[in-house]
Amino acid sequence: MSDNTMLELRDIRRDYELPGGLFKPKKTVHAVKGVSFKLERGKTLAIVGESGCGKSTLARMITFIDEPTAGELLIDGSKVDTRPGHLTADMRQKVQIVFQNPYGSLNPRQKIGDVLGEPLAINTDMPASERRDRANLMLTKVGLGPEHYNRYPHMFSGGQRQRIAIARALMMNPKLLVLDEPVSALDLSVQAQVLNLLADLQDEFGLTYVFISHDLSVVRYIADEVMVMYFGEAVEHGTRDEVFSDPKHEYTRTLFKATPKADVESIRARIEKKKAGKAA
Amino acid sequence: MALLQIDNLTVQFETSTGWFKAVDGVSLSVEKGEVLAIVGESGSGKSVAMLAVMGLLPWTAKITADRMLFEGRDIQKISATERRALIGKDIAMIFQEPVASLNPCFTVGFQIEEVLRIHLGLARQARRARAIELFKLVGLPNPEERLGSFPHQMSGGQCQRVMIAIAIACDPKLLIADEPTTALDVTIQKQILDLIMDLQVRTGMGLIMITHDMGVVAETADRVVVQYKGKKMEEADVLSLFENPKSNYTKALLAALPENATGDRLTTVSDFFDGNPEPAPSAGMNGVNA
Repeated sequence: MSDNTMLELRDIRRDYELPGGLFKPKKTVHAVKGVSFKLERGKTLAIVGESGCGKSTLARMITFIDEPTAGELLIDGSKVDTRPGHLTADMRQKVQIVFQNPYGSLNPRQKIGDVLGEPLAINTDMPASERRDRANLMLTKVGLGPEHYNRYPHMFSGGQRQRIAIARALMMNPKLLVLDEPVSALDLSVQAQVLNLLADLQDEFGLTYVFISHDLSVVRYIADEVMVMYFGEAVEHGTRDEVFSDPKHEYTRTLFKATPKADVESIRARIEKKKAGKAA
Repeated sequence: MALLQIDNLTVQFETSTGWFKAVDGVSLSVEKGEVLAIVGESGSGKSVAMLAVMGLLPWTAKITADRMLFEGRDIQKISATERRALIGKDIAMIFQEPVASLNPCFTVGFQIEEVLRIHLGLARQARRARAIELFKLVGLPNPEERLGSFPHQMSGGQCQRVMIAIAIACDPKLLIADEPTTALDVTIQKQILDLIMDLQVRTGMGLIMITHDMGVVAETADRVVVQYKGKKMEEADVLSLFENPKSNYTKALLAALPENATGDRLTTVSDFFDGNPEPAPSAGMNGVNA
């Protein structure tokens, strides 16, 4: 195996058991049905699919929130023992996650400085003054300032909160960052700023991204590789250009067709069609 | 005669630092059978303007307008009873979050039949039949069974379909769709947009589409109003807006689309102006720096 592989999944599966009732038999939901891929250091893999296709479950397994039912997870070349209690703090530091909704993922009663300092306080024995310096440094890195240190989450806009969530994930100097729909709750103009920030941070820290999204225009912009999931299976995986220029699977084509087109040509075509429909 | 005509609408809320203008001198009109899109980021006052038209803002909001006409009838000064007869029937609205805007305590069948009972006064069996017909129209499978479901038993896309069914239950003349697809997946978004557009063509109603997604605008609108911080930046038909945007805010919005990225970086709105957008000259007298 080459040295450059950051993340490798080998036939990862996750089943959820739905408990049965008096008259209802027990049911097993196969959320992820055997997914394998390799991701190189410093690259971005985009995982695309509709809600309920298992992409978030996959993200939870990569970040050790959920335990895979079967399969192997290799990070930085070493196999991770995902059983509860067997994870080393070292391993946890390597992988961090940014959640979808910046309104829900920050504690409303915690100041921003404490939000950023908490991972350090838990995982290291760094003195408070150093934690403070690190937090301030990270705030400037993500485009906020030291004056925001003592504020509460409700005083920030959606884009700023997402920046804070990204800053929190970066506090432990992770190598792999899982982004679970980081821009889908944001406006177009703010979305552009956050995407630029993510690109800058990737260059600066040499981060590897697993980027989960259902917005294909964002994926096309940010991803190096694209994986399309459908009902718990990876139906297509390739470089961005391969997938976008020549989609193999039926579902990928449906997805492309469903994406709104904002170029002048397709608007003109639509208006022509509507006029023709009216005349008829 | 325009279906809905609003002149110089201003909505203000009182805050601890004085009156805040959420909507500042916006004029717009919709013709019968026309699709008007209102675009803007969150906080640009696009939803508030439409809530003011519907009369759904709390009494603390101060609403002033030179004119607010629906089919030539002034809807500013009408009584609460008259308004109740009008909204939900002739003017209907699809709200932003489908799951949150349905009542969790009642079945969706009860909620749609309630509209039919109050506005159309249909008898029980006629209501039932019409509700099933509407559910079929919006593409919900097994409509008879679905009538007995509670909102939490359905997915986001299904709840949105129920909302659309309720909105079109009385064949409204004007439908206001407030970000109808924001919470949904692209594939479901496509289905919902197709459904709304199909209904619009078939019934010939006026449609106001509130959105922040330029893709949705490109797929649906005839005419577009761009709003920023409560002010109208630009009004144009959809083709000329995308081909030749006049206001620098519109240009910034279009440049921020990921598919329009030039090189490595996305252009952000602040690259274009420093919080001082200029409205297009055609946006009229109610622009910036009045």
